Amino acid sequence: MADILTEREQALARMLQDDIPISPRPFAEIGESLGMTEDEVVAKVKAWLESGTIRRFGAMVRHQKLGYKANAMTAWDVPDGKAEEVGRILASASEVSHCYQRPRAEGWSYNLFAMIHAATPEECHQVAARLSEKIGIEDYELLFSSREFKKISMKYFIEQD
Amino acid sequence: MDQTDKKLITYIQAGFPVCARPYAAVGEKLGLSEDEVIERLRTIKDSGEIRRMGASFDSRKLGYSSTLCAVHVPAGKLDAAIAAVNSYHNVTHNYERNHHYNMWFTVIAPSKEHINEILQEIEEQAGVGPIINLPAIKLFKIQVDLPVIDG
Repeated sequence: MADILTEREQALARMLQDDIPISPRPFAEIGESLGMTEDEVVAKVKAWLESGTIRRFGAMVRHQKLGYKANAMTAWDVPDGKAEEVGRILASASEVSHCYQRPRAEGWSYNLFAMIHAATPEECHQVAARLSEKIGIEDYELLFSSREFKKISMKYFIEQD
Repeated sequence: MDQTDKKLITYIQAGFPVCARPYAAVGEKLGLSEDEVIERLRTIKDSGEIRRMGASFDSRKLGYSSTLCAVHVPAGKLDAAIAAVNSYHNVTHNYERNHHYNMWFTVIAPSKEHINEILQEIEEQAGVGPIINLPAIKLFKIQVDLPVIDG
Protein backbone atom coordinates (compact mmCIF):
# COMPACT_ATOMS: atom_id res chain seq x y z
CA MET A 1 0.00 0.00 0.00
CA ALA A 2 2.98 2.29 0.38
CA ASP A 3 3.07 2.28 -3.44
CA ILE A 4 -0.24 4.10 -3.80
CA LEU A 5 1.17 7.42 -2.54
CA THR A 6 4.71 8.73 -2.94
CA GLU A 7 6.69 9.50 0.20
CA ARG A 8 6.09 13.22 -0.25
CA GLU A 9 2.37 12.63 -0.73
CA GLN A 10 2.33 10.55 2.43
CA ALA A 11 4.05 13.40 4.29
CA LEU A 12 1.41 15.82 2.98
CA ALA A 13 -1.38 13.44 4.02
CA ARG A 14 0.14 13.24 7.50
CA MET A 15 -0.07 17.04 7.80
CA LEU A 16 -3.58 17.38 6.34
CA GLN A 17 -4.99 14.75 8.69
CA ASP A 18 -4.01 16.99 11.60
CA ASP A 19 -5.20 20.56 12.03
CA ILE A 20 -4.45 22.93 9.19
CA PRO A 21 -3.25 26.37 10.37
CA ILE A 22 -5.87 29.02 11.06
CA SER A 23 -3.81 31.80 9.54
CA PRO A 24 -4.00 33.72 6.23
CA ARG A 25 -1.90 31.32 4.08
CA PRO A 26 -2.41 27.82 5.55
CA PHE A 27 -1.37 25.91 2.41
CA ALA A 28 1.81 27.97 2.05
CA GLU A 29 2.72 27.11 5.65
CA ILE A 30 2.08 23.42 5.07
CA GLY A 31 4.09 23.47 1.84
CA GLU A 32 7.01 25.21 3.48
CA SER A 33 7.63 22.36 5.89
CA LEU A 34 7.49 19.81 3.04
CA GLY A 35 9.49 21.63 0.40
CA MET A 36 6.38 22.19 -1.73
CA THR A 37 4.99 25.45 -3.07
CA GLU A 38 1.60 26.78 -2.05
CA ASP A 39 0.35 26.08 -5.58
CA GLU A 40 1.53 22.49 -5.44
CA VAL A 41 -0.23 21.89 -2.12
CA VAL A 42 -3.48 23.50 -3.31
CA ALA A 43 -3.38 21.52 -6.56
CA LYS A 44 -2.75 18.23 -4.73
CA VAL A 45 -5.58 18.81 -2.24
CA LYS A 46 -7.94 19.63 -5.11
CA ALA A 47 -6.85 16.52 -7.01
CA TRP A 48 -7.40 14.36 -3.93
CA LEU A 49 -10.86 15.86 -3.44
CA GLU A 50 -11.64 15.20 -7.08
CA SER A 51 -10.54 11.55 -6.86
CA GLY A 52 -12.30 11.00 -3.53
CA THR A 53 -9.01 10.25 -1.77
CA ILE A 54 -9.95 13.12 0.54
CA ARG A 55 -13.56 12.44 1.45
CA ARG A 56 -14.12 15.72 3.16
CA PHE A 57 -12.06 18.80 3.80
CA GLY A 58 -13.06 21.26 6.49
CA ALA A 59 -14.20 21.46 10.08
CA MET A 60 -15.22 18.35 12.01
CA VAL A 61 -17.60 19.30 14.79
CA ARG A 62 -18.66 17.61 17.98
CA HIS A 63 -22.26 16.67 17.18
CA GLN A 64 -23.24 16.30 20.80
CA LYS A 65 -22.07 19.83 21.50
CA LEU A 66 -24.12 21.33 18.70
CA GLY A 67 -27.60 20.15 19.55
CA TYR A 68 -27.55 16.51 18.42
CA LYS A 69 -27.89 15.09 21.91
CA ALA A 70 -28.73 11.56 20.82
CA ASN A 71 -27.57 9.16 18.18
CA ALA A 72 -28.69 5.63 17.60
CA MET A 73 -27.10 2.92 15.54
CA THR A 74 -30.10 1.25 13.94
CA ALA A 75 -29.72 -2.27 12.59
CA TRP A 76 -32.21 -3.83 10.17
CA ASP A 77 -32.82 -7.38 9.03
CA VAL A 78 -33.60 -6.95 5.34
CA PRO A 79 -33.91 -9.77 2.77
CA ASP A 80 -30.60 -9.74 0.86
CA GLY A 81 -32.36 -9.18 -2.45
CA LYS A 82 -33.93 -5.98 -1.12
CA ALA A 83 -30.85 -4.63 0.68
CA GLU A 84 -29.83 -2.33 -2.17
CA GLU A 85 -33.25 -0.72 -2.53
CA VAL A 86 -33.84 -0.38 1.22
CA GLY A 87 -30.31 0.92 1.80
CA ARG A 88 -30.92 3.75 -0.64
CA ILE A 89 -34.17 4.72 1.07
CA LEU A 90 -32.58 4.74 4.53
CA ALA A 91 -29.65 6.75 3.19
CA SER A 92 -31.99 9.39 1.77
CA ALA A 93 -33.34 10.32 5.23
CA SER A 94 -31.83 13.58 6.46
CA GLU A 95 -31.47 12.20 10.02
CA VAL A 96 -29.27 9.36 8.74
CA SER A 97 -25.57 10.22 8.58
CA HIS A 98 -24.11 6.81 7.74
CA CYS A 99 -25.68 3.81 6.02
CA TYR A 100 -23.99 0.53 5.20
CA GLN A 101 -24.77 -3.03 4.23
CA ARG A 102 -22.70 -5.47 6.31
CA PRO A 103 -22.58 -9.25 6.68
CA ARG A 104 -24.67 -11.08 9.28
CA ALA A 105 -22.81 -13.01 11.96
CA GLU A 106 -23.28 -15.47 14.83
CA GLY A 107 -25.87 -13.90 17.12
CA TRP A 108 -26.30 -10.96 14.76
CA SER A 109 -29.03 -11.24 12.11
CA TYR A 110 -29.02 -7.62 10.90
CA ASN A 111 -27.48 -6.67 7.57
CA LEU A 112 -28.26 -2.95 7.16
CA PHE A 113 -26.89 -0.25 9.45
CA ALA A 114 -28.10 3.35 9.62
CA MET A 115 -26.81 5.94 12.10
CA ILE A 116 -29.65 8.24 13.22
CA HIS A 117 -29.02 11.65 14.82
CA ALA A 118 -31.70 13.57 16.72
CA ALA A 119 -32.19 15.81 19.72
CA THR A 120 -33.40 13.05 22.06
CA PRO A 121 -33.47 9.22 22.21
CA GLU A 122 -37.28 9.39 21.85
CA GLU A 123 -36.87 11.28 18.59
CA CYS A 124 -34.45 8.61 17.39
CA HIS A 125 -37.15 6.00 18.07
CA GLN A 126 -39.70 8.11 16.17
CA VAL A 127 -37.39 8.46 13.19
CA ALA A 128 -36.74 4.71 13.19
CA ALA A 129 -40.48 3.94 13.41
CA ARG A 130 -41.15 6.26 10.49
CA LEU A 131 -38.39 4.63 8.44
CA SER A 132 -39.65 1.17 9.37
CA GLU A 133 -43.05 2.02 7.95
CA LYS A 134 -41.51 3.50 4.83
CA ILE A 135 -39.36 0.44 4.02
CA GLY A 136 -41.80 -2.18 5.31
CA ILE A 137 -39.23 -3.80 7.60
CA GLU A 138 -40.29 -4.45 11.18
CA ASP A 139 -37.29 -6.40 12.40
CA TYR A 140 -34.91 -3.75 13.65
CA GLU A 141 -33.13 -2.57 16.77
CA LEU A 142 -31.78 0.72 18.06
CA LEU A 143 -28.42 0.52 19.79
CA PHE A 144 -27.60 3.62 21.81
CA SER A 145 -24.10 4.33 22.97
CA SER A 146 -24.12 4.46 26.75
CA ARG A 147 -20.42 5.25 26.99
CA GLU A 148 -17.78 6.49 24.58
CA PHE A 149 -14.52 4.65 25.23
CA LYS A 150 -12.63 6.16 22.31
CA LYS A 151 -13.18 8.58 19.45
CA ILE A 152 -10.26 9.79 17.36
CA SER A 153 -9.50 10.53 13.72
CA MET A 154 -7.43 7.86 11.99
CA LYS A 155 -3.79 8.74 11.50
CA TYR A 156 -2.43 7.15 8.34
CA PHE A 157 1.18 6.47 7.39
CA ILE A 158 2.56 6.41 10.90
CA GLU A 159 5.20 4.01 12.16
CA GLN A 160 3.01 1.49 13.97
CA ASP A 161 1.39 0.51 10.68
CA MET B 1 -21.70 30.99 19.93
CA ASP B 2 -23.79 33.52 18.03
CA GLN B 3 -25.65 33.11 14.74
CA THR B 4 -22.61 34.20 12.76
CA ASP B 5 -20.49 31.48 14.42
CA LYS B 6 -23.13 28.89 13.56
CA LYS B 7 -23.27 30.02 9.94
CA LEU B 8 -19.50 29.94 9.82
CA ILE B 9 -19.34 26.39 11.18
CA THR B 10 -22.03 25.11 8.84
CA TYR B 11 -20.27 26.68 5.87
CA ILE B 12 -16.80 25.53 6.76
CA GLN B 13 -17.91 21.94 7.45
CA ALA B 14 -18.83 21.31 3.86
CA GLY B 15 -17.43 24.11 1.76
CA PHE B 16 -13.92 24.88 2.98
CA PRO B 17 -12.36 26.72 0.01
CA VAL B 18 -9.14 25.13 -1.21
CA CYS B 19 -7.25 28.21 -2.40
CA ALA B 20 -4.39 30.44 -1.32
CA ARG B 21 -6.48 32.61 1.04
CA PRO B 22 -9.29 30.31 2.20
CA TYR B 23 -10.36 32.42 5.17
CA ALA B 24 -10.66 35.51 2.98
CA ALA B 25 -12.82 33.46 0.58
CA VAL B 26 -15.04 32.28 3.44
CA GLY B 27 -15.34 35.87 4.65
CA GLU B 28 -16.38 37.03 1.22
CA LYS B 29 -19.23 34.49 1.16
CA LEU B 30 -20.46 35.40 4.63
CA GLY B 31 -19.80 39.13 4.62
CA LEU B 32 -16.92 39.03 7.13
CA SER B 33 -13.34 40.21 6.90
CA GLU B 34 -10.51 37.64 6.68
CA ASP B 35 -9.31 38.74 10.12
CA GLU B 36 -12.74 38.27 11.65
CA VAL B 37 -13.09 34.77 10.17
CA ILE B 38 -9.69 33.79 11.56
CA GLU B 39 -10.44 35.32 14.94
CA ARG B 40 -13.82 33.58 15.23
CA LEU B 41 -12.48 30.21 14.06
CA ARG B 42 -9.65 30.29 16.57
CA THR B 43 -12.13 30.99 19.37
CA ILE B 44 -14.51 28.25 18.19
CA LYS B 45 -11.60 25.82 17.86
CA ASP B 46 -10.40 26.60 21.40
CA SER B 47 -13.92 26.05 22.77
CA GLY B 48 -13.89 22.51 21.38
CA GLU B 49 -16.95 22.90 19.16
CA ILE B 50 -14.69 22.24 16.21
CA ARG B 51 -12.78 19.07 17.00
CA ARG B 52 -10.43 19.21 14.05
CA MET B 53 -10.05 21.18 10.85
CA GLY B 54 -8.38 19.33 8.03
CA ALA B 55 -8.83 16.38 5.70
CA SER B 56 -10.77 13.17 6.15
CA PHE B 57 -9.21 10.54 3.95
CA ASP B 58 -11.01 7.61 2.38
CA SER B 59 -9.14 4.69 3.91
CA ARG B 60 -9.79 2.50 0.85
CA LYS B 61 -8.29 5.06 -1.53
CA LEU B 62 -5.14 5.02 0.60
CA GLY B 63 -5.05 1.24 0.32
CA TYR B 64 -6.28 0.58 3.86
CA SER B 65 -9.02 -1.83 4.95
CA SER B 66 -11.64 -0.95 7.54
CA THR B 67 -14.32 -2.75 9.51
CA LEU B 68 -16.88 -2.52 12.30
CA CYS B 69 -16.52 -5.07 15.10
CA ALA B 70 -18.61 -6.10 18.09
CA VAL B 71 -17.95 -8.33 21.06
CA HIS B 72 -19.76 -9.43 24.20
CA VAL B 73 -17.79 -8.27 27.22
CA PRO B 74 -18.84 -9.53 30.68
CA ALA B 75 -18.78 -6.83 33.40
CA GLY B 76 -15.68 -8.32 35.04
CA LYS B 77 -13.66 -8.06 31.85
CA LEU B 78 -14.71 -4.57 30.83
CA ASP B 79 -11.56 -2.73 31.94
CA ALA B 80 -9.30 -5.29 30.29
CA ALA B 81 -11.33 -5.13 27.06
CA ILE B 82 -11.28 -1.31 26.95
CA ALA B 83 -7.53 -1.30 27.55
CA ALA B 84 -6.85 -3.94 24.88
CA VAL B 85 -9.11 -2.42 22.21
CA ASN B 86 -8.10 1.21 22.83
CA SER B 87 -4.38 0.40 22.77
CA TYR B 88 -4.47 0.25 18.95
CA HIS B 89 -4.19 3.49 17.00
CA ASN B 90 -6.07 1.47 14.34
CA VAL B 91 -9.18 1.65 16.56
CA THR B 92 -10.78 5.06 15.97
CA HIS B 93 -14.18 4.57 17.65
CA ASN B 94 -15.13 2.39 20.60
CA TYR B 95 -18.56 2.53 22.26
CA GLU B 96 -20.54 0.65 24.86
CA ARG B 97 -23.98 -0.15 23.43
CA ASN B 98 -27.18 -1.65 24.83
CA HIS B 99 -27.04 -5.16 23.34
CA HIS B 100 -25.62 -8.59 24.19
CA TYR B 101 -22.80 -7.46 21.91
CA ASN B 102 -22.08 -4.52 24.18
CA MET B 103 -18.76 -3.25 22.82
CA TRP B 104 -18.62 -1.83 19.28
CA PHE B 105 -15.44 -0.56 17.69
CA THR B 106 -13.96 0.27 14.29
CA VAL B 107 -10.61 -0.92 12.98
CA ILE B 108 -8.61 0.59 10.10
CA ALA B 109 -5.40 -1.14 9.02
CA PRO B 110 -3.20 -1.62 5.95
CA SER B 111 -4.76 -5.02 5.16
CA LYS B 112 -7.53 -7.47 6.12
CA GLU B 113 -4.86 -9.80 7.48
CA HIS B 114 -3.60 -7.02 9.72
CA ILE B 115 -7.16 -6.49 11.02
CA ASN B 116 -7.54 -10.22 11.73
CA GLU B 117 -4.27 -10.20 13.69
CA ILE B 118 -5.44 -7.25 15.78
CA LEU B 119 -8.77 -8.95 16.54
CA GLN B 120 -7.02 -12.15 17.56
CA GLU B 121 -4.65 -10.21 19.83
CA ILE B 122 -7.58 -8.40 21.48
CA GLU B 123 -9.37 -11.71 22.11
CA GLU B 124 -6.25 -13.13 23.70
CA GLN B 125 -5.28 -10.05 25.73
CA ALA B 126 -8.76 -9.36 27.13
CA GLY B 127 -10.02 -12.94 27.29
CA VAL B 128 -13.16 -12.05 25.33
CA GLY B 129 -14.71 -13.27 22.12
CA PRO B 130 -15.44 -14.32 19.56
CA ILE B 131 -15.37 -10.81 18.08
CA ILE B 132 -17.79 -10.46 15.15
CA ASN B 133 -16.18 -8.74 12.18
CA LEU B 134 -18.60 -6.80 9.93
CA PRO B 135 -16.72 -5.11 7.06
CA ALA B 136 -18.97 -3.02 4.80
CA ILE B 137 -20.37 -4.85 1.79
CA LYS B 138 -21.91 -1.71 0.38
CA LEU B 139 -21.73 1.94 1.36
CA PHE B 140 -24.93 3.92 0.86
CA LYS B 141 -24.06 7.12 2.72
CA ILE B 142 -21.37 8.83 4.73
CA GLN B 143 -22.28 12.33 5.69
CA VAL B 144 -20.60 13.89 8.67
CA ASP B 145 -21.54 17.48 7.91
CA LEU B 146 -24.97 17.67 9.47
CA PRO B 147 -26.46 21.16 9.61
CA VAL B 148 -25.99 23.00 12.91
CA ILE B 149 -29.25 22.98 14.88
CA ASP B 150 -30.33 24.78 17.98
CA GLY B 151 -30.43 22.85 21.20
